[in-house]
Amino acid sequence: MALWTLRGLLQGAASTDWPLHADGDHGQHGTFGMPRIAAEPCHDDCRRCEQACPTRAIGLDDRGHLAALDYGRCIACQLCVEACPSGTLQTSDAWAFGVRDRDDLRWELEPSAPAAKRLASRIEKSFRGSLHVRHVDAGSCNGCESELQALNNPFYNLHRLGIFFTASPRAADLLLVTGTVTAAMHEPLLATWQAMPEPRRVLACGTCAVSGGVCGDTYASGKGLDGVLPVDVWLPGCAPNPAAIIEALLLLLERKPQRVHGGRIHEP
Amino acid sequence: MSERVEYLHVTPDALVGRLQSLLADGGRMQMAYAWHPRPGTTEVRYLAAPGPHRLEVWQCPVIEARLPSLALHAPLLGWYEREMQDLYGLCFDGHPEPYPLVIDGAARDAADGTPNPALRAPLVLPEVGDPQVQLLGFGPVRADVVESAQFLFFYLGEAIMHYRPRLFFKHRGMETRFEGDDPLAGCVLAERVSGVGSVAHALAYCQAVEDAADCEVPARARQLRVLLAELERLYNHLHYFGALADATTLKAGQAEGRLLEERLKQLAGRLSGQRFMRNVLVPGGLRRDLDLPADLAGTLGRLRGEVESYLRQLERTTSYLDRLITTGVLTRAVAFDQGATGPVERASGLDRDLRRDHPYAAYAGLPVAVPLAEEGDAWARARVRTAEVRVSFDLIELLLPQLQPGEVRATCAVRPSRCGLGWAESPRGSLYYAVHIDADGRLARVKIKSPSFSNWRAFPFTVNGSNMMDYAINEASFGLTIAGCDR
Repeated sequence: MALWTLRGLLQGAASTDWPLHADGDHGQHGTFGMPRIAAEPCHDDCRRCEQACPTRAIGLDDRGHLAALDYGRCIACQLCVEACPSGTLQTSDAWAFGVRDRDDLRWELEPSAPAAKRLASRIEKSFRGSLHVRHVDAGSCNGCESELQALNNPFYNLHRLGIFFTASPRAADLLLVTGTVTAAMHEPLLATWQAMPEPRRVLACGTCAVSGGVCGDTYASGKGLDGVLPVDVWLPGCAPNPAAIIEALLLLLERKPQRVHGGRIHEP
Repeated sequence: MSERVEYLHVTPDALVGRLQSLLADGGRMQMAYAWHPRPGTTEVRYLAAPGPHRLEVWQCPVIEARLPSLALHAPLLGWYEREMQDLYGLCFDGHPEPYPLVIDGAARDAADGTPNPALRAPLVLPEVGDPQVQLLGFGPVRADVVESAQFLFFYLGEAIMHYRPRLFFKHRGMETRFEGDDPLAGCVLAERVSGVGSVAHALAYCQAVEDAADCEVPARARQLRVLLAELERLYNHLHYFGALADATTLKAGQAEGRLLEERLKQLAGRLSGQRFMRNVLVPGGLRRDLDLPADLAGTLGRLRGEVESYLRQLERTTSYLDRLITTGVLTRAVAFDQGATGPVERASGLDRDLRRDHPYAAYAGLPVAVPLAEEGDAWARARVRTAEVRVSFDLIELLLPQLQPGEVRATCAVRPSRCGLGWAESPRGSLYYAVHIDADGRLARVKIKSPSFSNWRAFPFTVNGSNMMDYAINEASFGLTIAGCDR
């Protein structure tokens, strides 16, 4: 046992200094995020992106041009980008897509009037420094769990941010839900939420929890948390990488600003 | 269709005799599934492995929704038959456990299309007469960040008398999700059946479609598929050692395993654009060529040094060894009968590995060593995985200098009314995809046989009669996932 301690000490600190230092290593270099919508105009009657999208995230106007993209349905599979002949849809490295309002994941060519600015604070100050999270897998592919488990590895070292996973819902401030909410997990999910003390928050983690993802249309799968639980933060991604989950948790705690509004990234 | 698979017609009356002669010759069943060749007709297909290098598909027509059960002769078929009973309404005469497994089929018929909580298969437990024996139900929401499943223990003090995992809470009906889709587009679905097996699932699916289309995949794509598959095995096995160190309360060992896993996932992200290496494969090859960094071999070599040092340190830790040796013994006979697969069966002395026995991608040109152990305990399972980590590094080291230039994608022209079979040795064992293409060239049926479906069937045999303290260690030593099993 002593040898392990010595081994650990000799290896030095492995934790990244991101996000405490914005230029630290977030560990996601080279990965693709959600598709970016560029200024290049669509070809008339092209429709290829809509046909390629496995989750029906894309809407077209009557000319067959891209008119709407719901990032809450997007699994970042890049099929639309590969299908796009005009360069309207492009790859990007944007993965921090956590939002408070589901509508902020919906990009539209003609954005409706911006929503009134929300109240500056929705979470009590006393919660911001320390958060206890109860995770429930409501029917995921295990990809989200793999990335959530990674949060406690020495690189991300979630504890340093004052965020902890807890076993009992009675000790939890946040219910973090992954998966589509399958028929069989519907009741256990609600029972977990009901066992939590108020104020209780909900984070929909991953495109399945936001909208049902790739499997939202079967007899058993469910379509995510919409209409099931009141959601405080929606985080699409398939799977959202550990840095994206950290960003979403800090967004909930109002320690990070929301980057995405109306499906458009606004760098703070 | 592949010449490596023989398709035979078998009548319901001949099934039992055929199975008995297969077993007498040392063969083993692999899976079974139902599908509808035409509306109103049902056929059951059995995949059999008569010898180490042969595969047979037995096509058996179903008459009036009944077939003789084969579960008493080949126990591993018990779950496949119950799944067909739940999802296809078939009845298997003489089945020893004829109650629902995946869903309550009756509730599905009554459903109006929206997911209904009554779908969950009802719990059937054995009758226990002794009032001293207590029942502990654990889950489906369990401590820590884990997948959902319920575990039921009949216990007396520290001793577990009987153990029953209740799975399929996560059943999403993924196989039906493929139906009606374009076969070329189905790969993104296959990648999302089991996240930590994304490459293996994509590979088995693509190979099944390529089999149905008689498509030849370019050499470079086949080689890069091996690279991705072995990287997937490496990060999964390192995750396994982190979890095993956690279960044996070796916190520093857990942290180091998890950190090495993270480094591999970051490398996978840089190489493929996604940490699970999703969105790269497609029937016909790869969607795009991978831009391999010039120092990849050096990066992997340094990583290998750290991984080997970590694994050696684990093997020198007596507290870790003490808790693995003799824990959770899976005998060779049970492993064979119940259908254990992958490192689990190899740790019980069964010498099977699809990469060597039925080579796919570029494995035919690579020497795939298959590490074995005989004891069948948690230590044997860990040793086999340790050796497999070394084999994976060896394979990548051999592969990188051999990488050929050229195209990475061939046209995969799917023809109507065909079927195909694809497979991959995932980090957890044998994974099969069977695809059926309809008359319009769309997917009519996709069957997924995941390794965890097989290993969850075998695992309880190592828990019955063991003790509570060993349970978590034993479970970690199997390295099971639930998403692939539940689908």
